[in-house]
Amino acid sequence: MSGVSSLRAQDVRYWLSSHRGPLIAAALFVAMFALFVTEHPAGASANVVNTAANKGVLLAFVAMAQTIPVLTAGLDLSVGSVFVMTNCLASTLIAGTPLQVALGVAIVLASGLLCGALNGLVVVFGRLQPIIATLATGAMYSGVALWLRPAPGGDVNEDFADFMTGSLRDVVPFSIVVLAAAVVLIWIPYRRSVLGRAAYAVGSSEQAAYMSGVPVARAKFLAYVLAGLFAAIAGLLLTCLTYSGEANALLGGSYTLSSIAAVVVGGTSLYGGSGGAIGTIFGAFVLRTIGDLLFVFDIDPLSQPLFLGVVLLISVSLGSFRLLKVKKRVDLYR
Amino acid sequence: MRTARAIFRRIDRALLAAMGCIVVLLIAGALYDRNFLSPDYLLQQLQVASFLGVIATGVMLVVLLGHIDLSIPWVVTLGGMMSTAAAGHDGLVGSLAIPFAVACGLGIGIVNGIGVAYLRVPSMIFTLATNAIAQGLMIIHTSGFAPEDHATPAMHALAVERSILGIPNAVWVWAAIGAGTVVLLRRTPFGRRVYAIGNSERAVFLSRGNVRRVVVACFAMAGACSAFAGVLLAGYSTKAYQAMGDPYVLPAIAAVVLGGTSILGGRGTYLGTVAGVVLVTLLQSILSIVQMSESGRQVIYGAVIIVMLLVYGRGPKVVS
Repeated sequence: MSGVSSLRAQDVRYWLSSHRGPLIAAALFVAMFALFVTEHPAGASANVVNTAANKGVLLAFVAMAQTIPVLTAGLDLSVGSVFVMTNCLASTLIAGTPLQVALGVAIVLASGLLCGALNGLVVVFGRLQPIIATLATGAMYSGVALWLRPAPGGDVNEDFADFMTGSLRDVVPFSIVVLAAAVVLIWIPYRRSVLGRAAYAVGSSEQAAYMSGVPVARAKFLAYVLAGLFAAIAGLLLTCLTYSGEANALLGGSYTLSSIAAVVVGGTSLYGGSGGAIGTIFGAFVLRTIGDLLFVFDIDPLSQPLFLGVVLLISVSLGSFRLLKVKKRVDLYR
Repeated sequence: MRTARAIFRRIDRALLAAMGCIVVLLIAGALYDRNFLSPDYLLQQLQVASFLGVIATGVMLVVLLGHIDLSIPWVVTLGGMMSTAAAGHDGLVGSLAIPFAVACGLGIGIVNGIGVAYLRVPSMIFTLATNAIAQGLMIIHTSGFAPEDHATPAMHALAVERSILGIPNAVWVWAAIGAGTVVLLRRTPFGRRVYAIGNSERAVFLSRGNVRRVVVACFAMAGACSAFAGVLLAGYSTKAYQAMGDPYVLPAIAAVVLGGTSILGGRGTYLGTVAGVVLVTLLQSILSIVQMSESGRQVIYGAVIIVMLLVYGRGPKVVS
């Protein structure tokens, strides 16, 4: 009997160590969010939680979009542009009757898929480096956003928008429900599918994956397509939050950068092959809660960007503790 | 005949393709507007190109190592703002505006280098963090507004005037920095080591090269280049302003890659980078003289860069 229980202990230890990144991010988030609601003048009211959730889910979706290409040892610097472009598109389409709204949602999501497919085509079949290729396609999507919405504005169906950004029974923010649905309906099936596992294999070693008969090209292509889809969901949510669209390239740029930070904080390796979307979600929540904490602790708004930068620098440097465990110095070098 | 072929073989394909694209752009520009090929207009283009060229020099050094520097936007802004801030003071501080700004950029570059070389954080994420810190510092420095300070006469002269042979001073500055970089990369052990690290860090370490010091030095030079470009830009527009470095990230990286430098490191020539910078500048200039909306310009700009990369910047096929 003792053999079985020690096996279980081993399993638990293995599970803990293999999910260390997401677990640390989740613990950090819970601690920070608890501090936030206790310090907040209004306390843990539904309103405070809902506002925080909406902001967090927005970044979580963009960061999930970033995660999947990163898992394949790629990168998508156009997620922010797709996010802004779909925001502009949604601000013109999410209007009128429920049927029109539903059609609009479908078109917005399809446009995200299309952007992702273009990225995938260029990166996989064009064999261009993802950094430079998605930087260039990102410029194109920003152009399209500007074409769709030369001036900020929009005519959005407010019932739909309020429903998307409100709370269910005044308790559970609906944006969290959307996020959970995306995890259960898209991420988990993807993670367990052949192409999902192939993405991890490609990220670990593309050549070994190729030699083992893994569908490398299809896995990488699907990774970029899904990135486009997640970015489009985020764009849709942003439209519901602001009732409008704006071709704000700076916003897109800052979301792209934050998405990479969230991926790293959530325990996904930028070298590919390990990590996942769950960790990223908590990474995004952590980043957003830092901003909220700065607010409740009355940090001068002007010094908040510096604070965020310092926190980001420290959090990415924390990974360097692994260097202490390296026994042979040559292993430090690629 | 044989020598011609030997010379042809020595010029790499990317450089040749970039040159070809430049010629095509020049012809297209001339067909659209006859003034496009006038010496004055071309010199003006070269002057604008030199700002990008200085940034691209730093980017190239870092890319040759197999890293990337995403702290360009706010280090450029920091360079501009620090120089104009120093220019606001009288006496010694005011006269040292340019070295002061470059030293600030050098400082951020050294931090980047330490993070990448000693802490082993992926360069992309570390430089992203230092970019955020530079942004935070500048927002505190300016209280979020455009600074009131103006550029010094020296900065203005460096960026705008034409002192020697009627060629803009900025072009001379770029030429000097470029010549220095070519000597550094081609004629010094340091330069050979930069290429070697881009190919295999581990091999350089095992052959007793000091990998870390070279990486820190390259990031430091990249930071100094970005800040210096900020100084030139502030001199050009007589002022520094928020986010003045933002439009330079994609062009700088694109110029380096279009010039044939491998983004994975270890391969590339400075001549190629020069060609890439001229190419990107000409492309931007043509898109700006063609009467087209900003949105259309951006779409075409991105598409053209993708197409040019598809022509000659493709990676190897995975076969085994």
